[in-house]
Amino acid sequence: MESTHSAHAGRFPWAHIVGYILSLVLTAAAFWLVLAHKAGLATTLVVIVLLGVLQILVQLFFFMHITESDGPAWHTVMLLVGFLFVVAIVGGSIWIMSFGGQVVA
Amino acid sequence: MLEQVKDFASHFFVTGDPLIYGADVSIVVVSLAIIFVLTYFKRWGWLWREWLTTVDHKRIGIMYLIAALLMLFRGGVDGLLMRTQLALPNLHFLEAEHYDQIFTTHGTIMILFMAMPFIFALFNIVVPLQIGARDVAFPYLNAISFWLFFFGALLLNISFVIGGSPDAGWVSYPPLAELGFDPGPGENFYLLAILISGIGSVATGINFMATILKMRAPGMTLMRMPMFTWSVLVTSMIIIFAFPALTVALALLFIDRLVGAHFFTLTGGGDPMQFVNLFWIWGHPEVYIVILPAFGVFSEVVATFSRKRLFGYSAMVASLVLIGIVSYLVWVHHFFTMGASADVNTFFAIASMVIAIPTGVKIFNWLFTMYKGRIRMTMPMLWTIAFVPCFAIGGATGVMLAVAPADYQYHNSYFLIAHFHQVLIGGVVFGMLAGMYYWWPKMFGFKLDERIGRWAFWFFNIGFYVCFMPQYALGFMGMTRRMYTYPEGLGWGPLNFISTIGAYMMGIGFIILVWDIVYSIRYGERDLTGDPWDGRTLEWSLPSPAPHYNFARIPVVTGRDAWWIMKYQMKPEERPDLGPIRPIHMPKNSGRPFIMGVAFFVSGFGFVFNWFVPAIAGLVVVVLCLILRSFEYDAEYYIPVHEIEETEAALGRL
Repeated sequence: MESTHSAHAGRFPWAHIVGYILSLVLTAAAFWLVLAHKAGLATTLVVIVLLGVLQILVQLFFFMHITESDGPAWHTVMLLVGFLFVVAIVGGSIWIMSFGGQVVA
Repeated sequence: MLEQVKDFASHFFVTGDPLIYGADVSIVVVSLAIIFVLTYFKRWGWLWREWLTTVDHKRIGIMYLIAALLMLFRGGVDGLLMRTQLALPNLHFLEAEHYDQIFTTHGTIMILFMAMPFIFALFNIVVPLQIGARDVAFPYLNAISFWLFFFGALLLNISFVIGGSPDAGWVSYPPLAELGFDPGPGENFYLLAILISGIGSVATGINFMATILKMRAPGMTLMRMPMFTWSVLVTSMIIIFAFPALTVALALLFIDRLVGAHFFTLTGGGDPMQFVNLFWIWGHPEVYIVILPAFGVFSEVVATFSRKRLFGYSAMVASLVLIGIVSYLVWVHHFFTMGASADVNTFFAIASMVIAIPTGVKIFNWLFTMYKGRIRMTMPMLWTIAFVPCFAIGGATGVMLAVAPADYQYHNSYFLIAHFHQVLIGGVVFGMLAGMYYWWPKMFGFKLDERIGRWAFWFFNIGFYVCFMPQYALGFMGMTRRMYTYPEGLGWGPLNFISTIGAYMMGIGFIILVWDIVYSIRYGERDLTGDPWDGRTLEWSLPSPAPHYNFARIPVVTGRDAWWIMKYQMKPEERPDLGPIRPIHMPKNSGRPFIMGVAFFVSGFGFVFNWFVPAIAGLVVVVLCLILRSFEYDAEYYIPVHEIEETEAALGRL
């Protein structure tokens, strides 16, 4: 039951505005890259993944108060767990789904 | 004009089956009865103020519990209809399409709209009381979670009389679930109902993780937390990381169906197996999401009713965390037969078997807790003891299924059906019922009747084995899941007939259970002490039911089993001084979560039929609710000291 508006009452939320615009730009960039066919498949994939990682960082720093903390740094622990799961899921999926190269072509 | 209306109605409403017409009539009658009762007794205001707008975790928990029991009934009736159809060879009690719809809704409802709300009911009712908190971290969000679940469940359930039920199985694999093979609104109902309630589930996971990590009473370190709270913490972690995979899978499938994308269609460059992969990245952790809270319940129940400390607390915590992590590394065992490389299948087969180790540790720890304990055979304990052999057999058949080469034989056979019902009923349902009996006095202030409860228990338990043991054999004999009828001469008839008898015994058990609740409301033993079972954890230090602020003064915890220490081990002069009663900071009730749920429902219903006006309008209202919340500066209040003192005095606590 933390007070709903305690932390930043009164100040203009610059971080949120900047973060919002950045996240929109990153999303739009990924869409444009895919729809416009400007680069080859491999390049497109790599760039989209990079844009995705940037998106995560924007969310963490501009919206999710990653730098703020009182008490134990639980968010660091959970981020590490999340990182482990993401590696398992993404890496695992690539490994698993590469079975059908000859089918999907 | 009249013709158009008729034509529309014949598609909009499900027609043709006498069972459905019967359901139509009963839905109308029950709705009218509810409206009549509420109006006659002038209870509309009460319903709105006390329940629909509440942000109190205990009331939200009770609403989850009622919803879960209703959904257990609906899913159970689906199960009985299927068992009736399969009782004898060549029956045509249900038509093939109707059978498809029923096995789809049975699975979807039992997992997402029965097991999930049942665990959330216990999360809500128990966790804040166990950790000495006054509510969850985000009470308003908690109400939103409930209403999203509620309206998601409603959306799936109306599909049965409006538009038609989904019929592509609860896993809804493409290409079958794509528009080309499955036109009509049924599949859309499935997708939108789960997408909407899924938002609520993730929010609940976040809420309880924050609550447990940040709101424990002073002195309650992580390693002093009750085991149920530990299980909720690990479950919340799994929910947060698993549900997004389901949302992505279903959203992509929805985009395929709505605007003709090709994420999962081979001809358009998509890959249907990617859906299967994404679905089970959520799907396997999901079974641990529903079983770990049951493990938590068993830990509490076993310790309380053996009058002993839980054996091997640290090992229990370690195995919970280990199960939580390894649950992310086993998902391929749901589709070994896809034909991934041998390396892949080997890795996931071994990972699946590894899970049996921490689970075995837990089973032995429960047994060692009982060893030399003074065991009381109450209803919660009975369900717990019944769980042990049932889950052990289910676990053993699970390891058999985890052997990838052998799985090519068992895959999608009745052997699999018997296995997962054994772990889900023997684990989750037994666990939730144990928890329901255990915490019922804390919720309502009276115990459920033990004598009637035993009848329900034995009918359900014996019925379970009669129903599912023959299915293992049927699986070996070649009967596959989802077949709606079978010819004579295969030798499947007798075993199927026995299985159906067992299913009906479980149905009778459920009816007796409901009778137990109805009977106990009037005649159940009242709980005047707040500690009817001689409990060990903090929730039993409160009156039953607990006042809405829970703790007048936040307790100070000095060890594991905090209430046991306060009761029996601490001398009066050692008790920490909690100071005077101070005003309590509480969240205000709000109607907005309910309105948001309605808006999501309207939007979802619009998308189901591709009616974009209500679809967009609903979403606009959702955004409006979010904006209004951001500008709400007056969402909390203080309970003054004299009011707390009056309440406590009335409860005999001052």
